Amino acid sequence: MKTVVCIKQVLQLGDEVEFTDDGLDVDPDYLDPALNEWDSFATEEALQLRERLGGEVVLVTCGSKASEAALRRCLAMGADRAIRIEGVDRDPFSVARALAEVVSAENADLVLCGVQSSDAVQAATGTALAELLDLPRAAVVTKVDYDAGARTAVVDRELEGGLVDRVEIDTPAVLTIQTGINEPRYANLRAIKQAEQVEIDVRNAAGGGAPAYRVRKMFVPDRGEGAEMIDGSPAEIAARIASIVKERLV
Amino acid sequence: MSVLVVAEHLRGQIRDVTRELITAGRELGPVTVAVIAQDPGSLVDAVNIDGVTEIVTVTIGAGEFENDTYQAAVEALIADRKPRVTLLGFTVNSMGYGPAAAVKLGLGFASDVHGIALEGDAVVATRSFYGSKVNAELEFPGAEGVMLLLRPTVWSPAEGVGDASVAALEVVAAPSRARHREVVEATTSSDVDITQADFLLSIGRGIGDKENVEMFQELAAKMGATLSVSRPLVDAGWMPSSRQVGQSGKTVKPSVYLAFGISGAVQHLAGMKASGTIIAINTDPEAAIFNVAQYGAKADLFDVAEELEKLY
Ligand SMILES: Cc1cc2nc3c(=O)[nH]c(=O)nc-3n(C[C@H](O)[C@H](O)[C@H](O)COP(=O)(O)OP(=O)(O)OC[C@H]3O[C@@H](n4cnc5c(N)ncnc54)[C@H](O)[C@@H]3O)c2cc1C
Ligand SMILES: Nc1ncnc2c1ncn2[C@@H]1O[C@H](COP(=O)(O)O)[C@@H](O)[C@H]1O
Repeated sequence: MKTVVCIKQVLQLGDEVEFTDDGLDVDPDYLDPALNEWDSFATEEALQLRERLGGEVVLVTCGSKASEAALRRCLAMGADRAIRIEGVDRDPFSVARALAEVVSAENADLVLCGVQSSDAVQAATGTALAELLDLPRAAVVTKVDYDAGARTAVVDRELEGGLVDRVEIDTPAVLTIQTGINEPRYANLRAIKQAEQVEIDVRNAAGGGAPAYRVRKMFVPDRGEGAEMIDGSPAEIAARIASIVKERLV
Repeated sequence: MSVLVVAEHLRGQIRDVTRELITAGRELGPVTVAVIAQDPGSLVDAVNIDGVTEIVTVTIGAGEFENDTYQAAVEALIADRKPRVTLLGFTVNSMGYGPAAAVKLGLGFASDVHGIALEGDAVVATRSFYGSKVNAELEFPGAEGVMLLLRPTVWSPAEGVGDASVAALEVVAAPSRARHREVVEATTSSDVDITQADFLLSIGRGIGDKENVEMFQELAAKMGATLSVSRPLVDAGWMPSSRQVGQSGKTVKPSVYLAFGISGAVQHLAGMKASGTIIAINTDPEAAIFNVAQYGAKADLFDVAEELEKLY
């Protein structure tokens, strides 16, 4: 059983923002890196499959050297090895093309992505990747029922409003994993230390192909009216909230 | 500018997002609506809305959505009608086939789009990045067509009866590699119905720890509010899913929605932004929840909760 998990190091913006000189992105100084929440659930799912069926969990990311931190987080959880593809864009088609080349060579039984990346909320990379690999796929998966040796798996897709669509899918397949499917494990200190030592296999993306889009301008949106901010001490804030609530609930 | 809207339906009902797509589409040009279903004829009337010039039906074997079948149908529709813009909802179903069709056909593509503008013959789409704190304008140079997945609840649902012509398109799709088996209802719990509450006190990941849930349960009871939550608290098993507000939870519309430690992710806002009065407490003054709130406070939620406790 070999599972490939696609990992993204996401960037989180605090309460201050400056843009790069060309105005096309946020100045990296204002962004804090983190492992994409969805990808920790995907990694956990792969680890549980390995525990049950044996085999290997391989991580792949596209990004700069700094994004290796996300890979090491997942290595510390217990993944076997990691590949980083140097230098690609954020647009989901460019990323999917770079991933496809590497993932295809792995001949995995399952490829897991997160439903979405928290900094871009595209929910597109996994499905585009499946197309490029010519694999079946299911999006927003909350349960995976996979049998060793079987050519199909049964998966639950979470629809809007809490409904579930149960699907029988041929494998190998690409699944995009939803939060809540499992409980991602914490890595202990020793595992984190060990993961620091693991050598990451670095590749170059072949490139080519049109991007999904091009950013022409990034900006802070005009909030319009926005919320009226209540100033003061916690006691003053509480008093104001209580009076608004009282007034609105008549 | 020719527009193709792909209707979305579940269990024989057109979903609301379809009428929102029609609103967005008719601002751009003549709209063709595609109905891909086992019995598309039964859904035609529901999408014959003012601004729709043509309805194209595609008959498929599966009773519900299957991504391979939808992809084949949408690719055939695009090849046949050559729309400049194809509009899908940013929904779970679209996530399963939209990006695949677009990358295959070489279309420009963007998801969670909440604004569209035309500049001459070029489409410019607006979407957000970094926790909805910044917006970006996207362009699609060189692409013959563009596929956009539109954020639900941004455009108002189109109304008014139209006089669209109806045509059928024959699509030969290979057997689907992911086959629909059944739609399973969310397990109904005997817990409260948050959609009926007039006052919701809602807590998010900002409360930090499972142990803190209880104090908010007590605060809600004191204030006469019903407790609801954002998704991470349900994922972590701290609260039952019947309490979850948002796209995959419940859509609520109380008179007052008081949010503690909720950032305001799109999928959360989709379920509560129509509330009467929204009040949000968050340590991050740039949190997206303040975009929809009428009142906000940049404060530690525990400090405010403690003070509220004293007032009730
Ligand atoms: C297909 C799909 C469906 C989804 N459906 C839903 C859904 O139905 N409902 C839903 O909620 N989400 C849903 N999500 C998840 C959604 O994308 C977000 O991950 C989620 O809403 C985040 O919840 P949160 O705001 O509680 O957590 P976070 O985004 O982590 O926000 C926590 C907030 O608390 C603040 N905070 C921290 N400490 C304090 C403090 N001491 N005092 C005050 N503030 C503090 C922080 O500044 C932050 O803004 C869905 C996602 C997908 C992909
Ligand atoms: N740069 C990347 N490297 C590896 N995987 C990625 C990358 N970007 C996105 N993904 C995968 O695609 C999923 C969805 O991301 P997105 O389409 O950007 O919302 C993520 O959860 C990852 O599994």
